[in-house]
Amino acid sequence: MTSKENQGMEVSEKRAIEPTAGEPTRQGIMYTPQVDIIEDPEAITLYADLPGVKRDDVVIDVREGVLSLSATVAPLPGNWQPLYREYQVGGYERRFNLGDRIDTEKIAAKLENGVLRLTLPKAESQKPRKIKVI
Amino acid sequence: MALIRWREGTDLFSQLDRMQREVASLMGAFRPWTGNDFATFRPEVYPPLNIYDNGEAFVVRAEVPGVDPKSLEIEATGDTLTLRGERTVAEAGPKASYHRREREAGEFRRSLTLPKPVDSSKVVANCDSGVLELQLPYAEEAKRRKITVKSA
Repeated sequence: MTSKENQGMEVSEKRAIEPTAGEPTRQGIMYTPQVDIIEDPEAITLYADLPGVKRDDVVIDVREGVLSLSATVAPLPGNWQPLYREYQVGGYERRFNLGDRIDTEKIAAKLENGVLRLTLPKAESQKPRKIKVI
Repeated sequence: MALIRWREGTDLFSQLDRMQREVASLMGAFRPWTGNDFATFRPEVYPPLNIYDNGEAFVVRAEVPGVDPKSLEIEATGDTLTLRGERTVAEAGPKASYHRREREAGEFRRSLTLPKPVDSSKVVANCDSGVLELQLPYAEEAKRRKITVKSA
């Protein structure tokens, strides 16, 4: 009841979205996953929160410089009576423009504890290079 | 304030909480039931959670992506449940820069009161794919019992 009992991180509500790549056939809500995107000299790494998503239910597609992420979540058992709800369950979808500086052949993805880590290595020609003056 | 109470408290906040729940459930009554359209409350404390009743137990589910299941500490006493844990996110190294930084990190602690006492010795916790699921069977004394009337 006091702030001592509950403390810590800020909560951000899930943002529902209209699917961009056509409506899914199965009825349901789609959400924008929250992401961190970090660029270093070698690669761009994307971390996306996808709670409840299993490995086989993630679709990652890179085409014409556009990265599309989509994921589905299995529905809950139907006989559970909801008593209190702070979040809704639904799939995830988000797209990013990458341009053509990614080596699409070497993209790697890993899903751990509901977080997708996507490593997008830069194309050789895009990596920073030190030029030696002779 | 963010502690969820089912029992009516005497303080102003729990009264407001109860009013908010009642208004939301009234609003919900005017909408068709689609199973996914139950009134949703704005979470005020991490992690956002849902509570269900499966007939034998309360099921508490929380979305905790990026939380190492080993960092979770769960305590159930009577009708009170406390969750504690820590969420970590990857930090950019010295040669890296952020394009987007939307994910929060830190320690969290959340307490809630369940509608009736649970048997804390039978609580099962499972954390899979970033979703924590707790099964909290009702305490024996809280279970519905049929009472046979004896006659002489």
